[in-house]
Amino acid sequence: MNHLFPILTGLAYLLSFGLYVRFLATGKKLTGRLGTLFLGMGLVAHYFALLERSRGLHTVPYHDLYGSMSLFGWLLALTYLGLELYHRQQSVGAFVMPFILAFFLAAHLAPADRLSPPAAHGATFAFHVTLSILAYAAFALSFVLSLIFLGEERLLRSHKLGNVVWRLPPLELLERMSKSSVLVGLVSIAIGTALGFVWVDRLSSEYSFYDPKYVVTLLVLLLYVLYLRLAGTGAWRGARASRLCIFNFLIVVLSFTVVNLYLSHSHRYF
Amino acid sequence: MEIVLVGLNHRTAPVEVRERVSFTAEQARRAAEELRARGILEETLVLSTCNRSEVYGVPPESSHECAPGLSTFLSEFHSVRPDILSVSLYHHYDHEAVRHLFRVSAGLDSMLLGEAEILGQVREAYRFAHEQGATGPVLNRLFQGALEVGKRVRTETELGTRPMSVASAGVKLAERIFGKLNERKALVLGAGTISEQVVSQLRDRGIAQLHVMNRSRDRADELAKQFDGKVVGWGEWDTALQSPDVVVSSVSADEPVLRRDIVERAMAARGNRALFLMDLGVPRNIDPRVAELYNVYVYNTDDLCEIVQQNRNARESEVPRAQGIVDEHVTKFLSWQASVELVGLVDALRAKMREERASFIRSRMEPMKHLTETDRAQVEKLMDEMLEKLLLEPAERLRGEKELRRKIQNVEALRDLFLSNREKT
Repeated sequence: MNHLFPILTGLAYLLSFGLYVRFLATGKKLTGRLGTLFLGMGLVAHYFALLERSRGLHTVPYHDLYGSMSLFGWLLALTYLGLELYHRQQSVGAFVMPFILAFFLAAHLAPADRLSPPAAHGATFAFHVTLSILAYAAFALSFVLSLIFLGEERLLRSHKLGNVVWRLPPLELLERMSKSSVLVGLVSIAIGTALGFVWVDRLSSEYSFYDPKYVVTLLVLLLYVLYLRLAGTGAWRGARASRLCIFNFLIVVLSFTVVNLYLSHSHRYF
Repeated sequence: MEIVLVGLNHRTAPVEVRERVSFTAEQARRAAEELRARGILEETLVLSTCNRSEVYGVPPESSHECAPGLSTFLSEFHSVRPDILSVSLYHHYDHEAVRHLFRVSAGLDSMLLGEAEILGQVREAYRFAHEQGATGPVLNRLFQGALEVGKRVRTETELGTRPMSVASAGVKLAERIFGKLNERKALVLGAGTISEQVVSQLRDRGIAQLHVMNRSRDRADELAKQFDGKVVGWGEWDTALQSPDVVVSSVSADEPVLRRDIVERAMAARGNRALFLMDLGVPRNIDPRVAELYNVYVYNTDDLCEIVQQNRNARESEVPRAQGIVDEHVTKFLSWQASVELVGLVDALRAKMREERASFIRSRMEPMKHLTETDRAQVEKLMDEMLEKLLLEPAERLRGEKELRRKIQNVEALRDLFLSNREKT
């Protein structure tokens, strides 16, 4: 397999991470913009790396755990780039890039598993999986944003500002970014789940409607709706809503790992 | 092509003198015109801010000789007695004048180290003088260099990034919580000088609504009128605390005026929206236990002073980097200046030698009757070639080699060595 695109992706993500860190430390606009540029370049190279890998293995990218992780990393980068451009805020890049890099490297440094590729499931199934992974990526992003919120809030309340606080996004912007990200996740998971049910309905003879994954997905949906509802009102506004967002993501991780691998009979790595 | 600077600033002159020697735009235009009309300066630029008044110029004669004339002019122009002015004025010449201007535009010479406004003021002064036709090649190059220095210092160092006063630190902190303040509301408790400073900063940031609460209604009215705000009756806490995002307090009171129960009630009424409280009173106006409340951020004078001190240290640690940029550009400017002067010097030398050659050949060839016209022309041609070789090659090297120009910066010595006083002008 050609390693050009994975190498280019890794380099672009690494450079982007370095530039975002430098932007956070110095506040120079040019470094922030270059960080965004390299992230965009990384996304393009990552897309071709995924495409090449899928063609090489004659299957979809989410066929195995590593492919799913790589696709997750790509969608996380895509969601973050969209969010960054929408909110015009580059200070978060330094915190998100390690996650993108970790998923990309974990996926591309490990060998592919030797399971036989699953049967082609058609466009409905492909959209179901892709939208679900996009939702997980968006929730991961809101998790990172909530962590930054809590850290910055603690520093502001304790009056220990240091050098970084002056560069971080304002608390209210972090809240807005987190809500935007959750909204993207909710819409994706809602459509993705609906498409999943459509697909199951077509193949009801092969798959059961009773899968623990459905319960956990419904729980995730409800928890994030609750987060959106509470984040803008009364007693939960601010740090408490961020803590709820972090808790919600732990359930997502549970759904993505334990439920998929050990409890669900119709979900593997998505 | 020398440069002279005469001026005064916050370090050399008290405010009473500074305000008498400051220039309005019209005065700056008139001064520049008069200085050139009287032949004191060939190029002129007046830089006048609240902390400094400086006249930069290129004199027709030596800069040292023109400085007393400039001081006298300033004294006459502003009707200030020379003995009062002379103790406050500083004179800088050539590279010292260049360095001074570059330090000014970098914010290194400002009262508030690294302040951003000065760069805009330098830019405006240059634009104005340039439009009036008061500047020439030297001042154009000098001020373009100064603007570049200012820009580089602000983008490459941390000199101007952090708040340096209690008021600006408080406002910047509010921005850390709320972001842009143009949709936010503020309540000011007390109407003293400190409140005024903070309100001014908030207004600069475009705060949407401003309420003033003060024990003396008259003073509250005055401050509200000055900053286009509204007055709230003293003690009407439930109404006053319902909408603001930022509260600034600087009231003279022995006991805290904002008690925990008042803020607790207000937070419940406002649905726990974040509240930033800036307590600038001594003794403190806000009960310290208010800081324990959810979504309430309290900063008192000591906290803000500590931030200012940290920022001051951070800014001061950036001074060597800024100074490095200044030095780099001073060298660049002096190198350019030397190259222009050296090329001028070579041209003057060439003209002198051509003249010398003509009289030399006339006197020496007079007795040589045996030479034909062709021989004479041949000898003249050979001499021309030799002179060109002696002069052209160094001139070309000077045009091309920056390092060589840097080494030969004292052009005056070369001028004195080769040219008479008449030729120097």
